[in-house]
Amino acid sequence: MTDIAVAPPRESALTALYKHSRYIIGENPVTGFAFALFVLIVLAAILGPHIVPYDPLQSDTTQALKPPSAHHWFGTDQIGRDVFSRVVVATRLDFFIAVASVVLVFLMGGLAGVAAGFFGGWTDRIVGRIADTIMAFPLFVLAMGIVAALGNTVQNIIIATAIVNFPLYARIARSEANIRREAGFVEAARLSGNSDWRILAFQILPNVFPILVVQMSLTMGYAILNAAGLSFIGLGVRPPTPEWGIMVAEGSAFMVAGEWWNAFFPGAALMVAVFCFNLLGDGLRDMVDPRRRT
Amino acid sequence: MISAPALAVEGLSVEFRTRGGIVRALDNVSFGVEKGETIALVGESGSGKSVTAYAVMGILDPAGRVTGGRAMLGGLDLLSATASQIAEVRGRDIAMIFQNPRTALNPIRPVGRQIADVLIRHGNVPRNKAQGEAVEMLRAVGITDPVRRAKAYPFEMSGGMCQRVMIAIALAAKPSLLIADEPTTGLDVTTQAVIMDLVNDLARQMGMATIFITHDLALAGQRSARIVVMHAGHVVENAPTKEIFEHPRHPYTSELIAATPDSAASLDELASIPGSLPDLRRADLPPCRYSERCPRKIDACAQPLPHTTFGADHVVACWNPLPEKAALAPTESAA
Amino acid sequence: MPIMILKRLAMAIPSLIGVVVVTFLLTRALPGDPAAYFAGPAATPQAIQEVRVKLGLDKPLIAQFGNYVIDLVHGNLGTSLTTGQPVAQELRNRLPASAELTLLGLLVSIVIAVPLGILAATKPNSLLDHACRIVSTAGVSLPVFFTGLILVYVFYYLLGWAPAPLGRIDVFFTEPPRVTGFYLIDSLIARDPETFMAALKQLILPALTLAIFSLAPIARMTRASMLAVLSSDFVRTARASGLSSFTVIITYAFRNAMLPVITTLGMVFSFLLGANVLVEKVFAWPGIGSYAVEALLASDFAPVQGFVLTMAVMYVMLNLIIDVLYGVVDPRVRLEA
Repeated sequence: MTDIAVAPPRESALTALYKHSRYIIGENPVTGFAFALFVLIVLAAILGPHIVPYDPLQSDTTQALKPPSAHHWFGTDQIGRDVFSRVVVATRLDFFIAVASVVLVFLMGGLAGVAAGFFGGWTDRIVGRIADTIMAFPLFVLAMGIVAALGNTVQNIIIATAIVNFPLYARIARSEANIRREAGFVEAARLSGNSDWRILAFQILPNVFPILVVQMSLTMGYAILNAAGLSFIGLGVRPPTPEWGIMVAEGSAFMVAGEWWNAFFPGAALMVAVFCFNLLGDGLRDMVDPRRRT
Repeated sequence: MISAPALAVEGLSVEFRTRGGIVRALDNVSFGVEKGETIALVGESGSGKSVTAYAVMGILDPAGRVTGGRAMLGGLDLLSATASQIAEVRGRDIAMIFQNPRTALNPIRPVGRQIADVLIRHGNVPRNKAQGEAVEMLRAVGITDPVRRAKAYPFEMSGGMCQRVMIAIALAAKPSLLIADEPTTGLDVTTQAVIMDLVNDLARQMGMATIFITHDLALAGQRSARIVVMHAGHVVENAPTKEIFEHPRHPYTSELIAATPDSAASLDELASIPGSLPDLRRADLPPCRYSERCPRKIDACAQPLPHTTFGADHVVACWNPLPEKAALAPTESAA
Repeated sequence: MPIMILKRLAMAIPSLIGVVVVTFLLTRALPGDPAAYFAGPAATPQAIQEVRVKLGLDKPLIAQFGNYVIDLVHGNLGTSLTTGQPVAQELRNRLPASAELTLLGLLVSIVIAVPLGILAATKPNSLLDHACRIVSTAGVSLPVFFTGLILVYVFYYLLGWAPAPLGRIDVFFTEPPRVTGFYLIDSLIARDPETFMAALKQLILPALTLAIFSLAPIARMTRASMLAVLSSDFVRTARASGLSSFTVIITYAFRNAMLPVITTLGMVFSFLLGANVLVEKVFAWPGIGSYAVEALLASDFAPVQGFVLTMAVMYVMLNLIIDVLYGVVDPRVRLEA
């Protein structure tokens, strides 16, 4: 609407990227904060079992249901296990489930989507059909059904989460591949003799990757919630394994009676982790494609 | 000509806050429109002509600020009026039509309702009569089968018809001043002529003043009594149309004429204006924003701009204006 | 308009077919012997064989699928091992409980989220806008079962304002005579305000839990959509015509901004139907979600299959309704030949 003429600045691409990143973080220091939090979570996942004060599986019924104190920072649960140790150790399992799901869906959905966008025709139709069928279900319900069908294990939770997120990744990958298929450099590559697969692998995938990475960060949050939800209703992880969802489930009866720490701390850990991944995803998206900002 | 002008803009200055700095979009813009007069605001893309209109109407982008000046509509200064005063005046006393008529209309509301909305708001028309009056407005702007068309949506109409609807909306409350911002850009040539005729006719019937904003000097020459030439946020020349074409005084105006297809015999003879608009974010902008690309620049050009008046009503903002009869061979422009 | 509805209905059919096929495959994909699963953990090999024959599990897959579809058409979803009752009947009995909860939650969510989004868009970068952003991001991060538990802890245990999370109605009241199955509606029909209040009290916390959960996407989309629409050309025209703030913001801007929000509702329902299951567990709500979860933990698979099928069919129908609603609001979709 404003018809003002502005002369474009001239500087190297790297300087531009640095300035742009600094601008994004400056305008949104929350992204920097999210990144720091992410590092913390990864450290907890890796070092967890080695740095916690108590054995997460060791019970001591004389110490059952003690509120948070200097000895037990997050209190103890109904059979005397230290809640803090369990929460920290659970980071590893939940983080692993999230990462595994996201990597799996990236491979499945990314490849299928890119193939569909690039080759079109029947590939596109079949991938589209599969994606549509998955999307016809409420996602958590479908995950429940898949875990019920395949069996009550952690692997199946990972598979179920990946399947449920497949349509989204396939769609993003497909549209990006579509755009690039039309673009000149694919034609040029073809003309110079590259086979379709090489073009797919070396030209298209690297371009599709950044956008999918943003989505992966956002999906990590969802994957954790999904896994926690499934274990809350008793699927997947079995006691006494420490996992945030199961811990909330075990603690829920006590929360109603006033012993809040049992369910509160694992729940809070869940929230913090998901919050962190969402913020990180938003920040990454701002850096990669500011047009999509909300 | 002694009657009060319909609109008198005095010393209007506008700036925009952007990521790259503050853009001094308008600097000390002054011009007037008499009652019933049609004038044209002409300039390149980026000259500030639309910004002037938006500032006067009070619909500037949130990043924009009026930093000085007045816009007197009757006795009211539009730039310092309260929000409720402006809301009263907009539509009723001063109206605007925009380019891209299709996107300028509400896509999910029947066009008759959109006209009726204005009628109800400003025209003291009771609700049950509004739809009927809207149909009459559609008829007045030359839309055939107005009763049926009033229930139609913008996407069901051509660009020309949408522009007629927009004219109907603008004129529904019979304002005394209409601002038309590039109303024919995007329409085909025949439709352009038809729409411009419509606007001129209605203006004459209603005794309405019109400010016609365009980058097309030839079009401005055909349709308006007076032309105000703008460059980079300044008014550089302001004169009756005949004067502008026969005796342009500002070097920019004469370049503009030379670059206009009407006054050239063929495309080969079309000149282009050397240089480009200065970056309006610069802190070191010279007082004359054309000086850096002007072939007639002299030392005096470093001083603040003068406003020299030639004859009765030919104003030029230049230290070294073209001498009379120097510019071009007489053209056949009508006025 | 009726043509549009028929077209949308036709487009829903492939989805329904897909749903039926997938739910069929789910039970046949069970590791090990499906017959053993349907017979139950305590069955003898003989009983398993009987079940196998009875359920037609010894026939080729295509024939099984055929039988499955025929059963569906007759409304036969099998029998629950744990209760011995037909699955279809139990689902029908319990559906109103889930529906009442979900719909109330969605209603509360819309009533809060939409005005919040509109206000945030009309005052960008204000305190309200930032609050809206924070609420949205937090809402998306909170696990729904956690929210429910916290609400129970604060409002029941600490403040004593809400009743115990023990189901749809307090022990001392009887449910109203069943007309729709919705306690709120039925108690009003029976002119029983006390039962109405009792049912409402039990509904508040679980509905609020669901509302908080779906607040985020709705508020976020409303805000984003309003922001885009407020800077559009036709809003500029409306302002230039001097129309009142209310007309500009609501009649012109909001009606257009609503369109992407309606589309978002489809996604919101997907989350809601899933979150329903978790909320029913927290609040001991006797809906179809808790039915399925109990059956799942008891390795009783017919109810789970029936549950997934029902939820999916409901979801497809809901999406259809949303599509039609979109067409009602947007004439461009309705009138395009």
